[in-house]
Amino acid sequence: MRTKTKYIPVPSNAILPERDAAREPVLECVNLGIMLGGIKAVDNFNLTVGRTEIVGLIGPNGAGKTTVFNLLTKVYHPTTGTILLNGKDTHGMTTVQVNRAGIARTFQNIRLFKNLSVADNVKAAMNNDMRYNMLSAILRLPGYRREEIAAHRRALKLLSIFDMQNMADVPAGSLPYGAQRRLEIVRALATNPCLLLLDEPAAGMNPSETAELLDSIRKVHEMFQIAIILIEHDMSLVMNICDGICVLNFGQVIAKGTPDEIQSNPAVIEAYLGRRKE
Amino acid sequence: MTFLNFFISGISLGSIYAIIALGYTMVYGIAKMLNFAHGDVIMVGAYVCFYAVSRYNLNPFLGVIIAMFLCTVLGILVERFAYKPLRQAPSLAVLITAIGMSYFLQNTALLLWSSNPKVFPSIIGRGSFKLFDGNLSVSHITVLTISVCIVIMIVLSLFIGKTKLGKAMRACSEDKGAAQLMGINVNATISMTFAIGSGLAAIAGALLCSAYPTLMPTTGALPGIKAFTAAVFGGIGSIPGAFLGGLMLGVIEIFAKAYISSQLSDAVVFAVLIIVLLVKPAGLLGKSIQEKV
Amino acid sequence: MTMKRLINLKRTEARRIFITYSAVVIAYVIFQVMSSSGFLSSSMRGMLVPICAYMVMAVSLNLVVGISGELSLGHAGFMSIGAFSGVASAILMQSTITNAPVRLALAMIVGAIFAAIAGFLIGIPVLRLKGDYLAIVTLAFGEIIKSILNNFYFGVDAQGLHFSMLTDTTRLLKGGRLIIRGPMGISGIMKIATFPMGFILVMISLMVVFNLVNSRSGRAFMAIRDDRIAAESIGLDITKYKMMAFVTSAALAGAAGALFAMNYSTIVANKFDFNTSILILVFVVLGGQGNMLGSIIAAAALTVLPEKLRGFSDYRMLLYAIILIVTMLGTNNAEIREFFTKLNPFRRKEEA
Repeated sequence: MRTKTKYIPVPSNAILPERDAAREPVLECVNLGIMLGGIKAVDNFNLTVGRTEIVGLIGPNGAGKTTVFNLLTKVYHPTTGTILLNGKDTHGMTTVQVNRAGIARTFQNIRLFKNLSVADNVKAAMNNDMRYNMLSAILRLPGYRREEIAAHRRALKLLSIFDMQNMADVPAGSLPYGAQRRLEIVRALATNPCLLLLDEPAAGMNPSETAELLDSIRKVHEMFQIAIILIEHDMSLVMNICDGICVLNFGQVIAKGTPDEIQSNPAVIEAYLGRRKE
Repeated sequence: MTFLNFFISGISLGSIYAIIALGYTMVYGIAKMLNFAHGDVIMVGAYVCFYAVSRYNLNPFLGVIIAMFLCTVLGILVERFAYKPLRQAPSLAVLITAIGMSYFLQNTALLLWSSNPKVFPSIIGRGSFKLFDGNLSVSHITVLTISVCIVIMIVLSLFIGKTKLGKAMRACSEDKGAAQLMGINVNATISMTFAIGSGLAAIAGALLCSAYPTLMPTTGALPGIKAFTAAVFGGIGSIPGAFLGGLMLGVIEIFAKAYISSQLSDAVVFAVLIIVLLVKPAGLLGKSIQEKV
Repeated sequence: MTMKRLINLKRTEARRIFITYSAVVIAYVIFQVMSSSGFLSSSMRGMLVPICAYMVMAVSLNLVVGISGELSLGHAGFMSIGAFSGVASAILMQSTITNAPVRLALAMIVGAIFAAIAGFLIGIPVLRLKGDYLAIVTLAFGEIIKSILNNFYFGVDAQGLHFSMLTDTTRLLKGGRLIIRGPMGISGIMKIATFPMGFILVMISLMVVFNLVNSRSGRAFMAIRDDRIAAESIGLDITKYKMMAFVTSAALAGAAGALFAMNYSTIVANKFDFNTSILILVFVVLGGQGNMLGSIIAAAALTVLPEKLRGFSDYRMLLYAIILIVTMLGTNNAEIREFFTKLNPFRRKEEA
């Protein structure tokens, strides 16, 4: 099932020891690539994300953006290249281990636990922080009560960022679409990530919802001081919020830079609009 | 020589499993359901054949054809009244309905034909070919079983691969919605699949009871489960897989009976199944589909 | 109530749990009174313990099928391991522990432990598979357990315990006792299973399942059931939680098996076959996946029903099959469901 990984070690001096904490990379992708169904879905992908940076990952449909997320979260294992998370190689880790090491994500096609309540969706993500064992759950020992109460409080607090605390008891599947997208972000945050991957968070939202989402992402970023990678087609959102942007096309990075640089980059314009016939 | 003897009877038993497994695998491929009642269609086929031959003194082959016809009708009816209303239901509900249908067929048979075992007349007598100066004897029914299985396999492969209906079946098993949009009548195709599977079950019933001549209302249950295992073994949904799985299961079962222990042969068969699934989680010839994230 | 609400129990859920416990207690009291005042026929009295055992089986299987979302077709295998190990241990303890209820309790614990071990060993390969493949492998294990127990010989004599497979080669000394006799199973069991013990086991299994479901483990089970990929993405260890549900369920089934077996003087491995596994699955599906009260009611009703249909003796299994099919169609097909709601004169107006 797992594809063979060509392992390329990165020399340890790749990370410079003394840097400004905010610029210190939380994630470094070096020469990342994967073959899927005989084509190079992602090839030679290099990206460094600083500790509190917000990076936009944009590109036309099928450019390989979600595949990059799947590589980072080990849904796929890269055929080439290295992923360093906080300077540590994630080679050989599973999705679960990567999450524990600090990457959390949302999904393009919403993947909530539909039959669980909103609060339970969030608390499920706190599972690894809870310490009580099966026996104290069955016997309802004090440890169980203490931790469950704490978890519930924390879940409500997280939900309140998106003004969802009053929906805590609603089954996640019956939430309106926009709320489902927000809940996915809350659930991801509940795992205490240092890097949050958002896969088209504004997809299907109207302009006012998108504007609200923009504010919420800003708020999350300020509160938690984490790095965020954002896949998004809504350019107003991307250009507004991102510190840096990386443009993918056919699995290759075709441009990298600040929003201003990207907006005027001819290669990007060509990828999006096609070449003008002379 | 005994080895060869065991091998041949293994292939013969395996051929019967393969024919039954085809029914399971085709239905699974297209309707994504485990049709537990399939084993009992075998039993019904065998009873029809039994009565046609022993009560009405018909030619055995005519008996098999009548059995095929009635089982085909039975298959279509079962699908129409029990499974079709559950097309959108959770798979567990369909499974339980299939189990209910299995009980229903068994108990109807019990009422109609009583629990007394019937001695099934072999459809081509009990003679055998003697080979290698009589060291190796192969009964006629063995030869017939194996040939029938090969013929069915070839005909079915051609049918699935070449005909329009066969293509419709493949299309439905890939994506029902898309097939419907392409103008394929999905309901008719599913009915057709049940019809073919049940017709094959009737043949399997006649062959099974010719080789193992005790016929009871529960006759179909165990071969049904084993053939189902064979279908999974080969990769459920795959027609060559059902063929291969059936043959291998038959051989393993006979060898386990001969060389390990006759009481533990079922355990050995199931243990092999488990090992195969651990190495190839989708069976020998099955495709494993990775969920898109 | 505020405390409870904080601990994740939504009011409806808390009410449902309370109703389940009280229904079991009330039913127990009623049947205990009826039984001791002679209102119950002897055949009904004989069914009280099996009903309890089936209730526990249904509740435990519901943990796997309803909560954890995996189809298991071999649950009777765990019941049989619990039955054989429990009864064998009860026979071994017969002279040392003379108090019957204590011996029964210990036997149920032994049964639970053995079934849990089997569940763990089986879980290692089984839980790597998904969906229908997982189901067929549990079926296979159920059949393997049956085959092995059918060919297992176990005896005790002055030199200690003796085992053998296929044929009886235990060669017991004089005065020894062959406890498990292959296809003959165990006979001469002291029938020490009682209705109160059955009731206690039902309550314990409800407590285990409810409290587990409403804890971090239960959330993990259901999260994995709802979306495996998302569950992995938030760091839930799939195998660990599936195993936890599977082993807990096996242990409860083992205890139920021990209780069940000690209601009869003889047990054989063939009693716990594929049909028994299916029967229990039917309890779960008819009662509603994840609905423990439903499982309990279905287990009781479907155990009593064939007995009550004895009047139609020839037709009873046929009727049972028809009820099964009609119930499935009625609960899962929108049009048929509508038809039945229209038939129901007591339907509430707002539902119409």
